Amino acid sequence: MLLTIRSLTKTFPGTLALDDVRFDLAAGEVHALLGENGAGKSTLIKCLTGAYRPDAGEITLDGAVVAPRSTGEAQELGIGTVYQEVNLLPNLTVAQNLCFGREPRRFGLVSSRGMKAMAEGMLDGYGLDIDVSRDLGTYSVAIQQIVAIARAVALSGKVLILDEPTASLDAREVEMLFDVVRGLRAQGLGIVFVSHFLDQVFDLSDRVTVLRNGRHIVTEDIAALDRVRLIEHMLGHALEDEVEARNAGHVEARRPPMLHFEGMARRGVIEGFDLEVGQGEVVGLAGLLGSGRTESAELLFGLRAATAGTARDQEGPLTLDSPRAAIRAGFGFAPEDRKTDGIVADLSVRENIALALQARRGWARPIPRAEQQRLAEMYIERLDIRTSDAEKAVGDLSGGNQQKVVLARWLAMNPRFLILDEPTRGIDVGAHAEILRLIHQLTDEGMSVLLISSELDELIAVSDRVIVVRDRRHVAELTGAGISTETIVHAIAQHARKDGEAA
Amino acid sequence: MNPRLLPLYATIAIFLVACVICYIQFPYMLSTRVLGNLLTDNAYLGIVAVGMTVVILSGGIDLSVGSVIAFSGVFIAVMLRDTGLPAPVVFVLLLIVTTAFGAAMGGLIHGLAMPPFIVTLAGMFLARGAAYMLTIDSVPIDDPFYEMLRKAYYLMPGKGRLTLIGMVMLLSFAVGMVIAHRTRFGASVYALGGGENTARLMGVQVGRTTVGIYAFSGFMAGLSGIVFSVYTGSGYPLATVGTELTAIAAVVIGGTLLTGGSGFVFGTFIGVMTMGLIQTYIVFDGTLSSWWTKIVIGGLLLLFIVLQKGLLRLTSARFSGGLA
Amino acid sequence: MQTLRRLAPQIVTLLAVCLLVTLFFPGFLDISMSGGRLVGPVIDILKRSAPVALLAIGMTLVIATRGIDLSVGTVIAICGAVAAWAIAGGMGLWAAVALAIGAGLLAGLWNGVLVAVIGIQPIVATLILMTAGRGIAQLITEGRILTFTDPGFAWFGSGTLFGMPVPAVIWIVTGVVMAQLMRRTALGLLVEAIGINRRASALAGVNALVLLIAVYMASGLCAALAGIITAADIRGADANNAGLWLELDAILAVVIGGNSLLGGRFSIAAALLGALIIQTIDTGILLAGFPSEYNLVIKAGLVVIILVLQSPRLATEWYFWRRSVREGPPPATTKEHAR
Repeated sequence: MLLTIRSLTKTFPGTLALDDVRFDLAAGEVHALLGENGAGKSTLIKCLTGAYRPDAGEITLDGAVVAPRSTGEAQELGIGTVYQEVNLLPNLTVAQNLCFGREPRRFGLVSSRGMKAMAEGMLDGYGLDIDVSRDLGTYSVAIQQIVAIARAVALSGKVLILDEPTASLDAREVEMLFDVVRGLRAQGLGIVFVSHFLDQVFDLSDRVTVLRNGRHIVTEDIAALDRVRLIEHMLGHALEDEVEARNAGHVEARRPPMLHFEGMARRGVIEGFDLEVGQGEVVGLAGLLGSGRTESAELLFGLRAATAGTARDQEGPLTLDSPRAAIRAGFGFAPEDRKTDGIVADLSVRENIALALQARRGWARPIPRAEQQRLAEMYIERLDIRTSDAEKAVGDLSGGNQQKVVLARWLAMNPRFLILDEPTRGIDVGAHAEILRLIHQLTDEGMSVLLISSELDELIAVSDRVIVVRDRRHVAELTGAGISTETIVHAIAQHARKDGEAA
Repeated sequence: MNPRLLPLYATIAIFLVACVICYIQFPYMLSTRVLGNLLTDNAYLGIVAVGMTVVILSGGIDLSVGSVIAFSGVFIAVMLRDTGLPAPVVFVLLLIVTTAFGAAMGGLIHGLAMPPFIVTLAGMFLARGAAYMLTIDSVPIDDPFYEMLRKAYYLMPGKGRLTLIGMVMLLSFAVGMVIAHRTRFGASVYALGGGENTARLMGVQVGRTTVGIYAFSGFMAGLSGIVFSVYTGSGYPLATVGTELTAIAAVVIGGTLLTGGSGFVFGTFIGVMTMGLIQTYIVFDGTLSSWWTKIVIGGLLLLFIVLQKGLLRLTSARFSGGLA
Repeated sequence: MQTLRRLAPQIVTLLAVCLLVTLFFPGFLDISMSGGRLVGPVIDILKRSAPVALLAIGMTLVIATRGIDLSVGTVIAICGAVAAWAIAGGMGLWAAVALAIGAGLLAGLWNGVLVAVIGIQPIVATLILMTAGRGIAQLITEGRILTFTDPGFAWFGSGTLFGMPVPAVIWIVTGVVMAQLMRRTALGLLVEAIGINRRASALAGVNALVLLIAVYMASGLCAALAGIITAADIRGADANNAGLWLELDAILAVVIGGNSLLGGRFSIAAALLGALIIQTIDTGILLAGFPSEYNLVIKAGLVVIILVLQSPRLATEWYFWRRSVREGPPPATTKEHAR
């Protein structure tokens, strides 16, 4: 084995990001590393590239134990990385990027002719016919990725980590990139390939390792694995009791419709979809990362303006061209990325909870301090937010408690339609179950919920209806007894099979 | 075409249009005499703008340069008056002082992780204060060597005089172009302006580069101070108030992105010349008031900033497909 | 109680500076009544700090939104010029005041639109008006120092109200009104929210666009008041020198007031104390018999000290240093954290 990882463990305050993970990579192999967000892929890669130091475990490269402390050191050891973005500098020329730090010089000055020759030499064999003296930023992302690969290979040359390199490429560009990767494999490089596009994984990889919740789930030859099982590995089974809880209470009839969305679409973001939401209904949105599930929610909340489509309730049409308009229509939205889109870190728990309510009342009618205090204390108790008091800055709370604060902010608004994008990501199991229970409670009181989640069991546990999103399109709708891990996985897999042709 | 060259082309185009307008109204303006004066009058500004370009390319800003120029003038004048040191030795001493001053600011910016804006603001107060502490009056310089420097010129065809300080400016731009475009340091400057984290990933030594950038700007400000003292023949602590802003404006009009990472030293030269040309035009016209210079320069600033904003949006929209 | 704790460093600094000045100039704290007006060095400081204090009020709000307003110094010149032009044109006192305030609001609107709507970085956006503004002011005064003799208008600069100099009354009242407006309504909270996380605030329904514009307009309004005082004080509008470099003093006052340049939590009272500290140092140096040349160097030293105290990197290093002293060698990940 070229690279072996044994019992790798990494904890962050409040979360166990990697739990006793193993991984091997042979020379001349493409090894796919799969898992949903928060599974531990990026933590593993950061341990390999020296950005993080593991708490326990061992990394062996070429038989020797290594512990890189920085990206530079990892590079010198032979481990090079190409990320989805921020690899190279688009404001420098291709040649400058390739030769950076090793520019050939004449009379002490960088020789542009020498640099050009050096850069062209480095790109030799990658099948690129480009002018290296132009700015990197003027070329397509695919070419930028290949240039980044060429640099990483030239600098390190043993292990190449490709972290979601295809996220913004079209089908032709992906093929171009894969040809390059196959060439490198033939030269004997060990390649770690991270992607959430399953077709590409099947297309390119020799072996697959799946991580989930920081744990190693399976490593298998790609030939021995079919799509359905792979998705099952990625999405997992857990929370069995919650599933039962739902089945017990699920005999109810169809809820009275409340909101109607027709032909909601935005060019290049999500294809037109219709959606009807009943009062007290939980609609689940299933799909792999990057399938368009978050984008659907953003359209409904006016975060991205829809280029087509109408929305209406029982009373008439609704305008949803901005978050403020959506809030006026009684919507709420707890976004996926709490840190950047959810909490206002330096404000207190109390102020964070009152924020949306205050924004709706307008600046001139402040919520009295006592009322804010009451709201904060009520939700701290009701959602069991673990904080010393309501005046603590939200940024100092753990992830799960931050999520509860964002939820509390919307509950205080008493919305009729609440969109939850991955509400349980990265929070501990206890809080996880609490949030699912809360969703039940809310819908019993008549609130409607749109739940986006990568965890199928979670979707199954709480949804009355599940819509499957794939390739920026809503492709299937499952109801009642039709909702199961199997049916969802099949819906994703079936359609995913067409990815290659469609893209 | 490389979109990053667009602002530079726009700069050159505006300069050429300005030249044509000037020529149509006052044919005499396109003589080597006017050119010589343009170079001489703007020499100190051009030199300091070279340093400012490098700072802005790295994504920073240096507010201290105007004060450093004033300090330099006072330092030279007082040293020549009170010590027996010959002028060249004083020049070397001064350049050491201003370079070290710039390096210290760079060190603070990197070491404290503070915004360059506020650190160089402190530097601005300090340099101006140091000038005041040396003297509060205008100190004339009468030194034979100075006379020689002031009177040295090369007679261009058409009787225009390319003075020594004009030549120093042209040389500064040449050196600045070599440093920015032909050295590893220059590549690191652009890399920093492109994004500090990526630059670090690519192996840029951020601390050392930051210190180098501000040291260079300090050196250029010192050199500019020497040229300014030759130009005015005195040292005055209240001189060149606000030159840092004029220099920043010249850099922006020269097509350099204020957020860093994109631009050309040559563009700054055109920027300085454009601003000088506007001033000369207003002098020639005689009926227009001097304040129009500021308004036109403000308008040009707006034009370039909006143009760059549009370009940025255009390129980022193409690659990321809309809202990020 | 909480407010007092927030203001403690500024109050202590101000008292320390006052004490220091008193040591050198024993008469510093003397206040007497003469002809119906209070006189004394302290009163003089209150009067002289008016322009910077007024600017600091608006600047605090702008900085709280993670912005900066470089144009306020030139806006002073513009508004002074407008007021003087109106007075000289015989439009009367209140028309002059109204026009000057209108000009300030317009300048703020311009900055706000560039920042909030077009999305230009605040430092760049306000640089435009900073550069062009003096030209505009000179355009209004036609390059001369526009003088007037209207005693009504001059009252804003040199009159007294209840024994206090009018400029001092104006900045104190403006400060109190603005601070109360921020804290008695929800404006303060909303401004802080968009300064800390504009995206999350917008998602929660905060109207960041309008708030940003309003904040720059508030800054323009404060600059207009400062412009009126400055023009009234010298009974003329000097387009070249009015308000020159005051934006830097105002930013300094805000920073001395402990407000972070990265936006978020703000205190107008602390910024006003910052303005008083600056003015006390200025006046104190003169009174104590030092040459005024020391002024800038002391200011620079002050800024550096404050920077060091506020530095995020130093705070982490200090933390790790303390930990390492207690627990042995520092963890190797220090660098990562520091970033």
